[in-house]
Parts: sequence; C-alpha cells; structure tokens
Amino acid sequence: MRHAFWLVVTFDAELAEIALRSLRVTLTALVIACLIALPLAALLAVRRFRWRRATIALLNALMGLPPVVVGLIVYIFLSRSGPFGALGLLFTPTAMIVAQVIIIVPLIASIAHQSLRELWAEYHDLLISMNVTQMQKMRTLIWDARRALLTAALAGFGRGIGEVGAIMIVGGNIDNATRVLTTAIALETGKGEFALALALGFVLIALALGVNLAIHWIGQTERDSRW
Amino acid sequence: MVTELFPVTLKGAETSRRGKRLVGPVDLSLDGQGLCVVLGPNGSGKTTLLRLMHGTARLTGGTVQWACDMDTARHHQAFVFQRPVVLRRTVEENLTYPLRLRGVDRKAAKAAAQDWAERVGLGQHLTRRAMVLSGGEQQKLAIARALITNPALVFLDEPTASLDGRAMREIEAILLQAKADGTRLILSTHDMGQARRIADEVVFILGGQVHETGPAKMFFDTPKTPEARAFLKGDIVE
Amino acid sequence: MKQTLLLALLTLFASGMAHAADQMRMAVTTSFHNSGLADVLLPQIANDLDLEVQLLVVGTGQALKLGEAGDVDAILVHSRAAEEAFVEGGYGTHRREIMYNDFVFVGPANDPAIIGGAGAAEDVLQRIAEAEAVFVSRGDDSGTHKKELSLWAEAGLDADTFDGWYNAVGAGMGAALNTASGLNAYVLSDRASWLNFGNKGDLVLLFAGDPVLFNQYAYLPVNPARHDHVKSDLAAKLERWLTSAPAQALIVGYTIEGETLFVFNAE
Repeated sequence: MRHAFWLVVTFDAELAEIALRSLRVTLTALVIACLIALPLAALLAVRRFRWRRATIALLNALMGLPPVVVGLIVYIFLSRSGPFGALGLLFTPTAMIVAQVIIIVPLIASIAHQSLRELWAEYHDLLISMNVTQMQKMRTLIWDARRALLTAALAGFGRGIGEVGAIMIVGGNIDNATRVLTTAIALETGKGEFALALALGFVLIALALGVNLAIHWIGQTERDSRW
Repeated sequence: MVTELFPVTLKGAETSRRGKRLVGPVDLSLDGQGLCVVLGPNGSGKTTLLRLMHGTARLTGGTVQWACDMDTARHHQAFVFQRPVVLRRTVEENLTYPLRLRGVDRKAAKAAAQDWAERVGLGQHLTRRAMVLSGGEQQKLAIARALITNPALVFLDEPTASLDGRAMREIEAILLQAKADGTRLILSTHDMGQARRIADEVVFILGGQVHETGPAKMFFDTPKTPEARAFLKGDIVE
Repeated sequence: MKQTLLLALLTLFASGMAHAADQMRMAVTTSFHNSGLADVLLPQIANDLDLEVQLLVVGTGQALKLGEAGDVDAILVHSRAAEEAFVEGGYGTHRREIMYNDFVFVGPANDPAIIGGAGAAEDVLQRIAEAEAVFVSRGDDSGTHKKELSLWAEAGLDADTFDGWYNAVGAGMGAALNTASGLNAYVLSDRASWLNFGNKGDLVLLFAGDPVLFNQYAYLPVNPARHDHVKSDLAAKLERWLTSAPAQALIVGYTIEGETLFVFNAE
C-alpha cells in the first residue's frame, strides 16, 4: 500500500503517459458520443415518428450492452479479415475510441432523453405556439437542459474511462501505443505487481474525480454569474 | 400593423378527442375590436376555443379562417398560458428568445428586453433566473415575452386565474396599456368581475357552445340567453 | 480560467503523436512477455533498426489467430505442433527457432503431493492426481496450457476426467499464478513468469529440469501472399536481428535473481 502511494507521488513519465492516453481516448470518445447522443435524444423528445418507441426501448436495452461483446464485435469488424480490415484500425487508439463510442452513446442518449423529455413537457405549448422549427426546438432543449446533459456526459465519461473489456480486445494493450490505465491495471495484476496496479488504480480514480470536479466547477461558475 | 388578421371567421368549427366533442360546432366572427373576453365557467371549452383560433388545437370539423393565411396569422400572434411557461433561463434571455428566433441581432434584442422588463416592472430582475420569480412575476414575464415581437394579436388563456389580487391588477394594467398601443387581445376568463373591468367585447361560451357574442356593455346589461342571465346572476350553470 | 482548461485539453490532444520511423506488430505469448526479456530486446531493436515493435501479449492460440487474420506482422510463440500447422496452412512463410527456456512445477511449500522427490514430469503429475492435490490449469489454449495437456497425456491421464481439485482458470500465466497463490495450489509455469511473479505467497518451485519441460520459442513471419498489407520486409529485418550475435548476447545474458532464463539456439 505504501509502495503504491509512493509510485503515485513520484508519478513517473510512463505512468503519466498512460494516464494521458486514457484521458485522450475517453474524452475523444465522449465528444463524439455526445455529438451523436444529444441530438438523438432531443429528436426522440420532440418528434413523434413511427419507430420512436422502439428506438427508445432499444437505447435502454443497449445501455446494458456488455462492453466485452462490443469489443468483440468491433474487433471482428476491424480485423484485417473483417469488413473494415482495409482501414488497418485494429490495435490503434482509434479502434478503442470506436468501441467506447458504441458503449457510451446509448447511456448518454438514454439519460439525456429522460431530462429532455421532462423539459419538453414544460416547453411544449410555448414552442408549438411560437411555431419554431424542429431544429430550433432541439437547440432550445439541449441548451436549457445543459446541466442535466452534463451529468449524462459525466456518466458516459465514467463508464468510458473505467472500461477494460472492450478496449483490451480492440486496443491490444500495446505498450506505448494502446495501453491505458484500465488495461495496465489488468496487466500488472496479472504479473502479481499489486503495488503498481493499485497505484494505477489511484490515478484512475483521481482522473475520474478530477474531471467530475472540473465539470461541476464550470457549472458552478456559470450559476454564480446568473443568480 | 401591416398585415391585417381580422376578421376571423369560424364556421362549424369543432374539435373532438376519442369521439367526444370538446368544442363546437362554433359559428363565430370577430373583427377584433380592442379586448375581447371569452367568458364561461370552468370546463366550458375556453382554452380549446382559443387554441382552435390560434391553430394549436386540431380542428376535427369546420373551418377557422383569418383574413390572411394561417401561417402568416400565426406569425403575428402570441399565446400566454394559464400556468406561465418560462424558459429555464434568465429574465433577459426569456425576453430575447422570440426576437432571436426571428433573427433580431443580439444588441437590439437586449435593448428591447431591457425596455419590456421595465414596462412590466421586472427591470430589476433582468439577470435573475426566471424559474425563481413568483407566479405573478413569471406571468408578467410571459406577457412581456408575448408582446415583445409586437404581435397583432395576443391570446391569453386565464392569465390571472391562479394569481393574487395585486398581480391581477398589475397584469390588467399591462393588458390595457397593450390595447391602447394597438394590440388586439383575446382573453379567456371565468371571472365575471375581470370581464366587466376590461372587456370591450364578450364571447359567452358554455358546454363547448358559443351562446352569445356582442359588445361588453350590451352583454352585461341585456343578456339575451337564459344561460347567460343565469351565469351573470351567479347561478351554477353547466 | 476556462480558456486555460481548454488550452490544457488541446495540448493533451496534440501530444503523444511522436513515434519511431518504422512500426510493426508482433504477437507474443504472455510467458515470453512476463519474462521481461522484451524490455531488454525492444529498446535495442529500436536503437539498431529504428524499428518500433508493438507487442500484442496474448496466449499462443490467439497469437496464431491474429497471424491468420493478418492483424500482426509476425508471431513469437512456443507450441511446435500448432506452429507447424500454421506454416502448412500458408499463414506463415516459415518457422524459425530462436531460443528456449523451461517450464517448472510450482506448489505449496509443504508439498502435500510430495512432487519434490519425483524423478520425471510424468511422475509429478501422477503424484498430484493420486493425491488429488489442488491444481490450477491455464485452460486458455495457450502454449503453456497445451504443454500441460500433453504432459497429462504422457502421464497416461486425461485432464477432462478430473473433478474438484483441477481448476482451469481460462486466463494468462499471471492470473493463473495469482489463483494458485490464493488456493495454495500446484501449477505449471514457465520459469520466467514464476521468477518475475510478485505475489508468490506460500508457493515455491518444487520440480524442474526434465528435458520434456523445455519450451522452444519460434518466430513466424506472417505470409504476405495472404495479406498484402503485412510488413514482411520489417518482419525479415527483425528476424535477421533476432538471430544475430548481439541478440544472442542479450538473450543469453538475461538473468532474473542471478538465474539465466533462456538458451539461444537459432541456426
């Protein structure tokens, strides 16, 4: 335990690199996932279309998608003998981002849809009366629910950064290329190097907390200027 | 106003939901002189009638005809709801919202917001979040937001039904001022006193049917139908 | 403050893009990676050849699959029969032996099955089966797992018929050692993984030295005729280096706790 703390305190270059890679992969996945999930959630809130209920049910079901299965499917698709093999993406950070996007989009869309639906119930009469376009409705909802959506994004971040099954499979845990905190923890545990694994765990927790705090802090400063 | 909305004519207009007729058939023609009050007890179909005219309730029979086409008419109308709908934004952002939707630039929109906030007595609250205002303040904000685009006509659905006397008086003053500035108003209420205070014209509605239409003075002095007489006497009518 | 944060994020995304001139991917077995030899060889390869070798650390079974799919450029594994099938199937150009190390039997210090006094690997397994002493198997189709199964077969026993005391964990060498340490069980490990293992607990090395336990590593370049994107020139370059004198010196000179692990036998 003491050894683990010492490793964190000294924070050697390799540890920093792995931590940064974790952050880079998950934040990129998060941005892409939000760009997909938030408009989707808003569309599901404001528009009645034929497959709406089915889509919502599907999203909720996909929330429980086992990451390992996502990893396996992405692996099969990106493998050189798979349909997207020519892109040569397997065992790259890009592949890890793809897997994480697939894992967190349903989660973010589902949570976002809950809050956007509530807000839409509130705004429905007014916006219908104002005769605004679908696009304007979606933009208004997303902007006005931004704090709740931030929470949805944070949930996605949490799931992404702590995920190991899928990115182990599609990233391959290659040293200096695709090794991130979670896969490094799995590796070090496998070697019986519990102190190092624990140190990596501390860094992982610190990262997750740090990003949470940073985002809450941004929300806080905004609120201060408004109230 | 460049675009003339009135007269509005309803011919056999009705709306039903699941086979049950909520309003109609209504035959009615309004030429929108000043402030028109749709008067009737709770559940008589006032809200639905207003929405039918505004075009946000589904017409299941008959026609609603404005002097211009429906889209143009909608563009020059605004709607204020019984329970004030405020955006989860600041007072200022609530006021600039409809202007920004119409492509007014930020600076002009802010100036108009400042102006309207002062007109309805919310000048001190521009940077506050609308959600924390009192019910009366929220309704004043909603009315200012309706008036800020300078509409030809504003529908108000029981705007003071859940407010205290002071808020009601302030809101009536705002409405009379808007009327004086040339905005036509169609307001629904079940409050006879309010109707007497502000109406120029009355549409009396009961059980989804319009029973009587006419200048306010005539309606209150010499009601023609037994239902209107009973209502004015304070009897329970249904 | 927000701008600072944004700037920090941007730098984060821009960083980490610098790499060596050439890159290739090689699938290696967990046992090889756990030996720590890679940490000695890779920097020297980067230095001599300006080549970054990215290692995918997997079981022999998966390593061969990665080669078949063309997802790696070469593999370094230790399971002769499977390797020969791989080359025969046209997935690899050829099989080149590089070096060998050995497997050892590890178990609880009090040695309930008394394998310490056994004469041969067969004898060890028979004693464990007889005593029904708790045994941990890799169970992951890796080279080590295949070796273990072949040893049971040679001892005239069938691992499928074992119950209770035989635990197939379906995981890498480290995980298997962790499990053995937790259960105080016997386990077959390659010597390097065992020496580098940090969570030995009550386990000690009980039996080694039978020539049947030798563990031959071979290098197999993936066949470019099957997958034209394979970097066969780099794979050939790496093969020349792995069989060269400087590589030999590094491999033979590599020790853990004073013990030499590998015997270089490339021709």
